[in-house]
Amino acid sequence: MSALTAENLTFSYGARRIFDGVGFDPIIPGQLTALIGPNAAGKSTLFRLIAGLLKPETGKVHLGDTDLDTLSTRRRLERVCFMPQFFTANAALSVFDVVMMAHKQLKGWRVSENDMIIVGTALQEAGIGHLSEAYVSELSGGQSQMVSVTQALIRKSDVYLFDEPTSALDLRHQLEVLGQIKSAVADRDAIGVVALHDLNLAARFADNLILIGEGRILAQGPPAEVLRADAISNTYGVAIETTIGPREELIVHAYAS
Amino acid sequence: MSDSSLVSGEALSLVRAYKLRNVRRAALIGIAFLLLAALVVIDVTTGPANLSIWRTIEVIFDRSLATPKEDVIIWQLRLPVAIMAIAVGAMLGVAGAEMQTILNNPLADPFTLGLSSAAGFGAALAIVLGWSVIPGVGGLFVSVNAFIFAMLTSCALFLFTRLRGVTPEAMILVGIAMLFTFNALLAFLQYGASEIQLAQLIFWQLGSLARATWTKVGVCFVILALILPWFMYRSWALTALRMGEDKAAALGVNVGLLRISVLAGVSLLSAVAVSFVGAIAFVGLVGPHIARMIVGEDQRGFLPLSALCGALILSGTSIASKAITPGIVYPIGMITSLIGIPFFILLILGQRKRHWQ
Repeated sequence: MSALTAENLTFSYGARRIFDGVGFDPIIPGQLTALIGPNAAGKSTLFRLIAGLLKPETGKVHLGDTDLDTLSTRRRLERVCFMPQFFTANAALSVFDVVMMAHKQLKGWRVSENDMIIVGTALQEAGIGHLSEAYVSELSGGQSQMVSVTQALIRKSDVYLFDEPTSALDLRHQLEVLGQIKSAVADRDAIGVVALHDLNLAARFADNLILIGEGRILAQGPPAEVLRADAISNTYGVAIETTIGPREELIVHAYAS
Repeated sequence: MSDSSLVSGEALSLVRAYKLRNVRRAALIGIAFLLLAALVVIDVTTGPANLSIWRTIEVIFDRSLATPKEDVIIWQLRLPVAIMAIAVGAMLGVAGAEMQTILNNPLADPFTLGLSSAAGFGAALAIVLGWSVIPGVGGLFVSVNAFIFAMLTSCALFLFTRLRGVTPEAMILVGIAMLFTFNALLAFLQYGASEIQLAQLIFWQLGSLARATWTKVGVCFVILALILPWFMYRSWALTALRMGEDKAAALGVNVGLLRISVLAGVSLLSAVAVSFVGAIAFVGLVGPHIARMIVGEDQRGFLPLSALCGALILSGTSIASKAITPGIVYPIGMITSLIGIPFFILLILGQRKRHWQ
């Protein structure tokens, strides 16, 4: 498996320039990378550029030796699985249906026994088996977010991009969902990037952090390094201190500066 | 994962529940089919001629058994009407279902979005002024005019969906604006029309199956045969669209293209239906809602059942239009509205789950 790289990405929404020549160092497969940065820093936009849902004015995204721009949109989205930010759907579709839909990826009318077992197992492993027959319109915010993560993880892709997968979850489910994502990425030796707002969660689960702000990549590296950089305080506009927690984990404290 | 010995009990029970639901769905579609067949026979039997149900079935299955009188009544007069009711009902049901899907709006249907009025205005141009939007189409020019105007309206609607910040509510308002615009234009034409033209226009607007011919039935089925398989082929994409535009795009659905192409198909279906039988309200709205309440919105069940529900409603209406006053066939558009509105209110009151909020 090969690393994900981007170089010289430039993108604007109309007249508003979001990125000007942005690139990041290779993201290594099998590890979990957290994308952090303040609101409106361009985290979702970066994901969309990688997934090919937005077209950059300049720049390239490479997966190993493959220039992703040479793939068709469909093929690219099979290799790059992007989970958009939190949603609530009002559709009369059962949870089993929507996970099946993600699993089938728009291919083939027939649903085989094997397909059903894969979906059933995925629901059970994600701990949402009891919701299988519920309509997505009846789910709570947190429940639909977990369904969304399951939809992403059931796909066999080379790159997984999660846009704030834990924003609506309680403490236990935050840990569980990030644990699922981390082990899936490691098991499949895939590239996993998670956009997170909670720096403590990022420190706990991510092997690497990418700090994004003001339309640039400000820091990239292991949590201990990035979280102690000056850039992070400047970007968020708060004073940031780190300590070591009772279980040897890195804890981030923020103070209004 | 295919080795079932490794699959946990919980996963297997989920699979079983899913299968059960699929079987139930297939059974419901089968029942709807049988019901539809029964309604067609009743529809053909109903009316002055004292035909028995069994004799009707015999003659439908073997035309050579018919006496000359039965041949005229069943094969030339009533069967085209009964089949036309099914075809038009199915077309309006499918059109409403997919319009609600692509516009993400429960109130979308060919009638509420003004497509029917636009088609009506196009038809009126043909009837009153003898204008043909596209020259050289011969006797089909009423239908062609209706189709062109329905298409123009759907294009306008689509442009509104593309404008940033336009909510579904705003779209319905745009649809209603279209409806009133075309109704006003229609009134202009009516004002200048001769008495014969006026009678023709009003008859057209009330909606009637009496103009059914085997040729028109054929055209309807050709269009259904073209568009239904294609909608079925796109069923995963359409289902994905109900999860939100973002989700669908992330799965590889070209949302813009899907919307435009499905809107074109929907316009074709409703424009042809409306141009042949006139404005028939509520079928395109109620049919899909019933289907949604029964099987949910997985297109693999939703689409066929919407078609069947539309067909059932219109077939039932066709029977009612003959049965209310013996000897008189009421225009079908009146009946659908009269039956549709209370039925629709009952459905809303009885609805447990709210899928549109």
